[in-house]
Amino acid sequence: MGQFTPTPHDPDARGHFGPWGGRFVPEALIAAVDELAAEYDKARLDPEFVNEFKRLLRDFAGRPSLLTEAPKFAEHAGTRVWLKREDLNHTGSHKINNVLGQALLTKRMGKQRVIAETGAGQHGVATATACALLGLDCVVYMGEVDTERQALNVARMRLLGAEVIPVKSGSRTLKDAINEALRDWVTNVDDTHYLLGTAAGPHPFPLLVRDFHRIIGIEAREQILEKAGRLPDAVVACVGGGSNAIGIFHGFIDDADVRLVGVEPGGSGLDSGSHGATLTAGTPGSLHGAMSYVMQDQDGQITEAHSISAGLDYPGVGPEHSHLKDIGRAEYFPVTDAEAMEAFALLSRTEGIIPAIESSHALAGALKLGPSLGPDGLLVVNLSGRGDKDMDTAVKYFGLADGGQA
Amino acid sequence: MSLTDVFSAARAESRAALIGYLPAGFPTVEGSKDHLRSMIESGCDLVEVGLPFSDPVMDGPTIQAAAEQALSAGFRVRDLFDVVAAVSDAGGRAVVMTYWNPVLRYGVDAFARDLAAAGGLGIITPDLVPDEADDWMAASAAHGLDRTFLVAPSSTEERIAMTARASSGFLYATAVMGVTGARDVVSSAAPALVARVREHTTLPIGVGLGVRSGAQAAEIAGFADGVIVGSAFVSAAGESDAAVRALAADLAKGVRSAVAPV
Repeated sequence: MGQFTPTPHDPDARGHFGPWGGRFVPEALIAAVDELAAEYDKARLDPEFVNEFKRLLRDFAGRPSLLTEAPKFAEHAGTRVWLKREDLNHTGSHKINNVLGQALLTKRMGKQRVIAETGAGQHGVATATACALLGLDCVVYMGEVDTERQALNVARMRLLGAEVIPVKSGSRTLKDAINEALRDWVTNVDDTHYLLGTAAGPHPFPLLVRDFHRIIGIEAREQILEKAGRLPDAVVACVGGGSNAIGIFHGFIDDADVRLVGVEPGGSGLDSGSHGATLTAGTPGSLHGAMSYVMQDQDGQITEAHSISAGLDYPGVGPEHSHLKDIGRAEYFPVTDAEAMEAFALLSRTEGIIPAIESSHALAGALKLGPSLGPDGLLVVNLSGRGDKDMDTAVKYFGLADGGQA
Repeated sequence: MSLTDVFSAARAESRAALIGYLPAGFPTVEGSKDHLRSMIESGCDLVEVGLPFSDPVMDGPTIQAAAEQALSAGFRVRDLFDVVAAVSDAGGRAVVMTYWNPVLRYGVDAFARDLAAAGGLGIITPDLVPDEADDWMAASAAHGLDRTFLVAPSSTEERIAMTARASSGFLYATAVMGVTGARDVVSSAAPALVARVREHTTLPIGVGLGVRSGAQAAEIAGFADGVIVGSAFVSAAGESDAAVRALAADLAKGVRSAVAPV
């Protein structure tokens, strides 16, 4: 099965996964998403496109990424743990897979300008990188709050030649950056591609973003069979918008005995109301172009998400996750900021790997799940990114500058 | 009085209809009722009552700020029906313009029922295309409401035809590719779009996005059936009721002095 092979899990022609997904966008954008869908339908079957994408993943991004056993971390989980090392990709996260794919599509469509949103900055940095590589103009919208939390990534993007625009409207975080990117897109759609960073948004984004990340699951499945001699009991990934999770899930979606586990940002705890656990605590609605679970009040106003991780700080989620939850193929639960930070420190100390705080949610999920599987159990955790970008947060959280110890 | 009657009455006077937009709850719930009544008294044939939404992706800074102000002052969806009823009670005609999520959350049928009960005539849906509108088609039919979908310069002929078939009352043609907000010149794309739409439908066509003056209204009245003004009314409402009345009067004069398109 190739990365772009159509599967029984593809949405219908209008982008519906069961009742989820579709296109809740202004008519002015329909022509652009139609063009994108048509171009992707051609590209996914075009050996030239597929080979060029594979070449960039190999020679530029550094794929395949490793699958590393984490035995000392595993002692704390009470079960065997393997890590899919997306943190080792160029730019430091899984995001590079999607941006290289969409940047190639942008060239195919003859467009020269790329816009993107970013939360933590990982997708913005990845997009700026792909644009530098392929000679495209790049504008990144980033919530003002996030530009302060992730100043180093702002500098990276600017160094790579991108223009970074701080977004001052609404909650000044990821959702508002997406709003502003959509406003730019509807104004400049003729020469501009919106390089959406997660498996959400109007059709065909959830499909094509997922497909560009399917490589994660394809590699992980081959690697675990080779190294452990069997399939894992569960695959664990963090879920904000859900792109790294949907990418690794798809490698195992037809293996009925492999549990697919998504870990959501529980913030200060669900009872506090200060969290981003959309699938656990949200209700059906339309946000940013698709029907999915969303965090909203009684009037359908979107509420603000809260997470210590800027990359998971999003009140929506990709529509395919809503579908997988509803049909019972995947399960989702939250971990708190504190649990994620504990896992962040634990992996650093036990294995010499500093994970992204996003990915630390998946690690914390593994620590919760492990004991029920026992010592013979086997988990694959998607280590979606590295933690260098999160050092400011860690310094503050653990008081590292004052001689504190994580 | 239906939307068809609104446009027929204007057509009988050989002029375009003037359609003014204001978000309910801006600057306050009572204040929005006052301004909407003033808009009607000063020449608006129809008002669009906006439902403030947390994530207005089709709106520029003026309407974003108004929505934020209304929401932070505690605006609730039930206030919308109260505002619409105030317009109807004053003898005005109102449609609602809303992003789709609040309608979904309220329940599409319940929203249609309560809007009809308040005397509202229909809904303009900036982020709902007919492709996703099965529930709304059913609810609007059940409660006798009109459906105004949008067409854009980027719409294909096929989509214009499909959108016109799904619409009733009038069609909303977005004059430019972009978000709401007053602009200095009328888009050159607007007359071409209206001409394309007329190939597919006899429905009245309202043109919006970027209109702020009587002169611009006169220009649009030269080729469209309705002139839609939003951000300029929001700015005026931010000043005073007198400013709202003056703007409506200027625009009303504009739609009565149509100039032929160049």
